[in-house]
Amino acid sequence: MSSTTNCLKTIGSPSLEELKGSPGFPDEHHMKKGPIAIIECIEAIPCNPCETACPKGAIVVGHPITNLPTLDVEKCIGCGLCIAACPGLAIYVKDYTYSDTEALIVFPYEYYPLPSIGDKVTMVNRRGAEVCEGKVLKINLSEKNNKTPVISVSFPKKHFEEIVSMKRI
Amino acid sequence: MYKTSIAVIGGGPAGLSAAIEAAKAGAQVVLIDENSRPGGQLFKQIHKFFGSKEHKAGVRGIDIGKQLLKEAQELGIEVWLNTEVCGIEQNKLLWAVKNKTESVQLLSERIVLATGAMENSIHFPGWTLPGVMGAGAAQTFINIHRVAPGKKVLMIGSGNVGVIVSYQLLQAGCEVTAIVEASPRLGGYGVHTAKVCRAGVPFYTSHTILRALGENKVEGAVIGRLNDKWEFIPGTEKVFEVDTICIATGLTPLAELAWIAGCKFKYIPELGGFVPLHDENMETTIQGIYVAGDITGIEEASSAMEEGRLAGINAAASLGFYSSKQKEKLCNEVRERLDALRQGPFGKMRRIKKQELITSRREIRCHQQQIV
Amino acid sequence: MNRIKHHIILEDLKEAKKVKIIVDGEEMEAYEGEMIAAALLANGRKQFRYTKKHHSPRGIFCGIGRCTDCIMTVNGVPNVRTCITPVEDGMVIETQKGVGEWKRGENGV
Ligand SMILES: Cc1cc2nc3c(=O)[nH]c(=O)nc-3n(C[C@H](O)[C@H](O)[C@H](O)COP(=O)(O)OP(=O)(O)OC[C@H]3O[C@@H](n4cnc5c(N)ncnc54)[C@H](O)[C@@H]3O)c2cc1C
Ligand code: SF4
Ligand code: SF4
Ligand code: FES
Repeated sequence: MSSTTNCLKTIGSPSLEELKGSPGFPDEHHMKKGPIAIIECIEAIPCNPCETACPKGAIVVGHPITNLPTLDVEKCIGCGLCIAACPGLAIYVKDYTYSDTEALIVFPYEYYPLPSIGDKVTMVNRRGAEVCEGKVLKINLSEKNNKTPVISVSFPKKHFEEIVSMKRI
Repeated sequence: MYKTSIAVIGGGPAGLSAAIEAAKAGAQVVLIDENSRPGGQLFKQIHKFFGSKEHKAGVRGIDIGKQLLKEAQELGIEVWLNTEVCGIEQNKLLWAVKNKTESVQLLSERIVLATGAMENSIHFPGWTLPGVMGAGAAQTFINIHRVAPGKKVLMIGSGNVGVIVSYQLLQAGCEVTAIVEASPRLGGYGVHTAKVCRAGVPFYTSHTILRALGENKVEGAVIGRLNDKWEFIPGTEKVFEVDTICIATGLTPLAELAWIAGCKFKYIPELGGFVPLHDENMETTIQGIYVAGDITGIEEASSAMEEGRLAGINAAASLGFYSSKQKEKLCNEVRERLDALRQGPFGKMRRIKKQELITSRREIRCHQQQIV
Repeated sequence: MNRIKHHIILEDLKEAKKVKIIVDGEEMEAYEGEMIAAALLANGRKQFRYTKKHHSPRGIFCGIGRCTDCIMTVNGVPNVRTCITPVEDGMVIETQKGVGEWKRGENGV
């Protein structure tokens, strides 16, 4: 057992290696082509709201509902509707092409207090370690999200792979 | 003495669903719960549920609870709150205590037991200090009473309850210092562990709590590493400054009433211990007594609701409220949804073990028929 | 006070009617209808009783009325599970020592 193949069940969060072998994780090429959903759900739990939420039919779980969600990278337009629909808070959208120097992440965030637009926040990786600073661009509190706020933050491109969320404030 | 067609004991997701199905069929139903408010554990579950649309996936437990209460009200189900059922006689006579003072009897043609489960505890020096509590207790305080049990919490156990409650403690503004797990592998769903992991909460696998520190209340905790024989390795102690220690080491079915009634049991550790045998219609080894939810093996609220529906439909059908054809159609829909929840690495074990219960029940029935 | 006033999912705490309770002779503020244990915890009280033999303190353990760790003497009646008993204005609550003592009071049965 190598040190990066069983992180989910020992450390608590998946390693890149574990994610790259899963059908919900876009390949490098598509990941960097524009806004796209990234699904970090690799454990065959009985669940499929991501499939139901996607207006483009880009996520398929099928039968049985314990199948892993598969992302069709060609169909996904990065609209972000699947983010708050996922009860596991396992989906976010990233855009590598946001600007020359910065990437964008749109992620679920269920803590009080919420940041304000324009705030500088600390961005974290899958293990909660502080990585870089980010700037809050949008806070989506739509009723459809059923109390899961969805936040957009820009951050330096070089941390593209690592960043998954922001530090609680 | 009061009389009814169907009495449902326990107003959690299983009991509420059973009562609703039975009332929908046209049966007279009394739903009994010892609390001042029905809902069981549902109102502390503020997270969105898994499953599919048919299981109300994406809806928060607390909202599912509200929907069920509304439905029960619209159907005119009689609800007895603050009423603890203490005994069952002759398979249909319930004895209960209302408001801790008044003794009442209820004669019911069918009984559904949906009494849920109780949290397990583990014992270590200092475990009785104020500040050591069940994870469910902490969940009750933060999400229902809106009072934090402390500022810094150590969680013992990484199963779904441990990680969900850790997440909810963070949402309540508490700090979760660490989550300790004796096994080398984390127990809860990966999406739950990932959520608290990216919030900066460290997991300690192959570790256990050695003692709680403090005189009059918890002021700290010492944990230590376990070897592959689950023995403590001296010299690996770690001290945490915490004011609260939460124990999330599993649940045990609350099945006293089924014992009292004389139901046959089987010991199935994967389901939480001794569980009453039941058939595919949720009927126990005693005719007319049904079970549903955690009492039949620890699962989740989603499966508890489906089992409750099965029990409610069957109890009503056995009194003639449904033809056998109607009943089978309704039951098959529910069973399909239940099966969908019991797939994958987490659900498979439960499916196998539940099947074991049903098979054992069938064997007993065959045996009884031979005797007759 | 450890009350959770703001919450992203449960929203802001609704101000309930405030009542007074007397805990070991000391006046404390509580919300009408909340459980005694919640009121005590909100006021920073963690010890609810002391055991008979070893006089060791106990607090909240199960929170749902099963374990009896949280029992106190309420309006003169001992062994009341405070985690499932709502407060009332003017309630007299005392730390219970051992198995408690019945006192004659208004509500003493
Ligand atoms: C404290 C706790 C927290 C939990 N948190 C989660 C969670 O966050 N997520 C999750 O997926 N699962 C959780 N669970 C697991 C639980 O399996 C299910 O979520 C679900 O609530 C089970 O439903 P049920 O109807 O079988 O039991 P319950 O919801 O427990 O309902 C049973 C009801 O019966 C009442 N009762 C029991 N005995 C009697 C009697 N003799 N007379 C009258 N009434 C009686 C009880 O007070 C209770 O109200 C938790 C369990 C517990 C015990
Ligand atoms: S981002 Fe939009 S298009 Fe892409 S998978 Fe999610 S819902 Fe579908
Ligand atoms: S909704 Fe989320 S948790 Fe459920 S299957 Fe899809 S990605 Fe996984
Ligand atoms: S804390 Fe267990 S009965 Fe009150």
